[in-house]
Amino acid sequence: MGGGRPHSTHSRESGNPALGPRNGAPHRASAMRTPRGDEGGTMFGAGRRLAGFARTLRDNGFQVGLAETRDALRVLASPAALRATSLKPALRALFCATHSDWERFDEIFDAFWRGRDMRQRQVLSGAPSASHAPARRLAEAHVPQQALGLPDHAERRSDGTGESPADGRGRREGASGTEALSTVDLRHIVDPDDVAATHALAARLARVMRARLVRREQIRRRGRRIDLRRTIHRNVAHGGTLIDLAWRRRKIKPLRLVVLLDASGSMSLYTAFFVRFLYGVVDTFREAEAFVFHTRLAHVSPSLRDRDVTRAVEKLALMAQGIGGGTRIGESLASFNRWHARRVINSRTAVLIVSDGYDTGAPEELAEEMRHLRRRCRKIIWLNPLIGWRDYAPQARGMQAALPYVDLFAPAHNLQSLAALEPFLARI
Amino acid sequence: MTIKREDIADRLAAVGYVADRDIATALWLMEFLKRPLLLEGEAGVGKTEVGKALAAVHKAELIRLQCYEGLDQNAALYEWNYQRQLLAIKTREGVGENADAIEEHIFSEKYLLERPLLAAIRRASPPVLLIDEVDRADEEFEAFLLELLSDFQVSIPELGTIKATSIPRVVLTSNGTRELSDALRRRCLYHYIDFPEVDREAKIILVRTPGIDTTLALQIARMVAAVRKEDLRKVPGVAETLDWAATLAGLELHDLRQEPEAVYETMICLLKTHEDRARVTREVSERLLGKVA
Repeated sequence: MGGGRPHSTHSRESGNPALGPRNGAPHRASAMRTPRGDEGGTMFGAGRRLAGFARTLRDNGFQVGLAETRDALRVLASPAALRATSLKPALRALFCATHSDWERFDEIFDAFWRGRDMRQRQVLSGAPSASHAPARRLAEAHVPQQALGLPDHAERRSDGTGESPADGRGRREGASGTEALSTVDLRHIVDPDDVAATHALAARLARVMRARLVRREQIRRRGRRIDLRRTIHRNVAHGGTLIDLAWRRRKIKPLRLVVLLDASGSMSLYTAFFVRFLYGVVDTFREAEAFVFHTRLAHVSPSLRDRDVTRAVEKLALMAQGIGGGTRIGESLASFNRWHARRVINSRTAVLIVSDGYDTGAPEELAEEMRHLRRRCRKIIWLNPLIGWRDYAPQARGMQAALPYVDLFAPAHNLQSLAALEPFLARI
Repeated sequence: MTIKREDIADRLAAVGYVADRDIATALWLMEFLKRPLLLEGEAGVGKTEVGKALAAVHKAELIRLQCYEGLDQNAALYEWNYQRQLLAIKTREGVGENADAIEEHIFSEKYLLERPLLAAIRRASPPVLLIDEVDRADEEFEAFLLELLSDFQVSIPELGTIKATSIPRVVLTSNGTRELSDALRRRCLYHYIDFPEVDREAKIILVRTPGIDTTLALQIARMVAAVRKEDLRKVPGVAETLDWAATLAGLELHDLRQEPEAVYETMICLLKTHEDRARVTREVSERLLGKVA
């Protein structure tokens, strides 16, 4: 009876909270058994271990359901299971659903089914073990690791002192406490309640934008072509004379929105707010993608799709914090153009760049990449929080280089300015 | 009917498909679990080829559905033959049949035009259904496809429900221009195809380019691998490699090192955009050549 041993494993594991209960269990269980023991063991034992493996995969963000586990059991019972060389690819084909699953599968598989000796030693020595690596990778998957330790951390701040947010004189007048939140410069909202209210407003704004866009589309719909199949069916009674015509309507594809958010040091006062806005956008637009950039570009939509709002926003806010530093807008755009544009951009895509335009890279590169981007997408909107400041002129070299390719250059220092975007987006 | 994994690998080799190690397992699993296979990978890595090879392996008919934006059920599933229907209405009206009889007649099998999906489930022996670039079709079509793939039956309002006479083997490919739904992904087995490693690409060149010699094939494969590492807008796929190999073989080259000029000149087979062409200059080409040869 194979059930006895895993039970004891569980009790041991619960007595060791430092291990991390979710990842610890399968690895510890695996550490106690040899592969040969499995093959000779009961189906029940194999099933248990497989369930553990499925759980490890789920912990790592794989979409593994009962159907997959059941099919995997059938595979284990088949001749393919006798050879590791065919078992691994078989389970991989079964359990993976996306390219990122595919890339991580080998590591998780090896850690779970093969690396038990090594793992046991590491656990015993109390060192942070490699067995945790796959789980942690999920959380960090979208944080460019190099960026965290980049030396050019302060570079950007020293660049931007002229108009730095700390220099409060530049702000637009009238941001008094009695005013509606929607017109207060976001930098000046500090009271926790107000912050929460602002964030809620941002999320709602994103939703409202979506709702209005959809309604307009439906009103616009109108027949363009005759639907032959329906027309003929309808007119059989008229002896085949086509009297009653059935029309086909042009389907209007919903607007796709791609947001590129600058999360560098000089934007830091606005980042938390825009992260919230991003969440609202990704949550409500069916087709929206979000990216955060600084010295590099990170695709953050998956993190934002986390159902738990606070967790998603905090995760992202943390990422954004960690990467305050120099900005390489040109390079980030280049990697967007190269790696993501083909997938996320279609003819009805509006690209929304939220940045103050301080670029530590070469302006020529930025211009070049803006030109490429411009060719691919429908509209480029550049939101610059600094426009809200009095006497602001887009003099940063990066901003200058990018402006010729921008369809709409708009302020984004308060909620009102974001709301003002909606009519523009609806016209795209 | 159970086929062993080794058999599939052998048969793939027999039909001239140079498989990567794991694809045979995925194809076996398709057979074993009766699930569709979703193939992803960069454009040009040979996803479509897998479908063709699978058809050859099972000696089955290949039915291909190329997806595109706006693909609808009329084009994918079935369509009525309108011209014939109209003619039939007119002639039967002439002999004084009543409308109900005419309707019954013109909405019969005789006037039904099969499109790929319907054809795939009405064959006597199971065909291979290749649904190419499913990411190009829209979400509605994807949902419909999902329904078809789970029930293998189609309802045609005028005719009733048509059940599958044979369950096709289904291969879907996606280039990732749109994110596919989780439901579809979970329904399918998944295989990611990467650009072939040098040895395999050399083998592919050997199999597909008649009369090319082994060293040249290997040199070409190495060179292409190096070119792919460059920062290009459009990374050359296997088809481009084969074009290039055919070109070089046609020029009767035997050693790339001896002919840097010809290599540079013919590189247009690999580089398909103006920027890429500008990026791989004569110097870059020679540097790459120095590395690989």
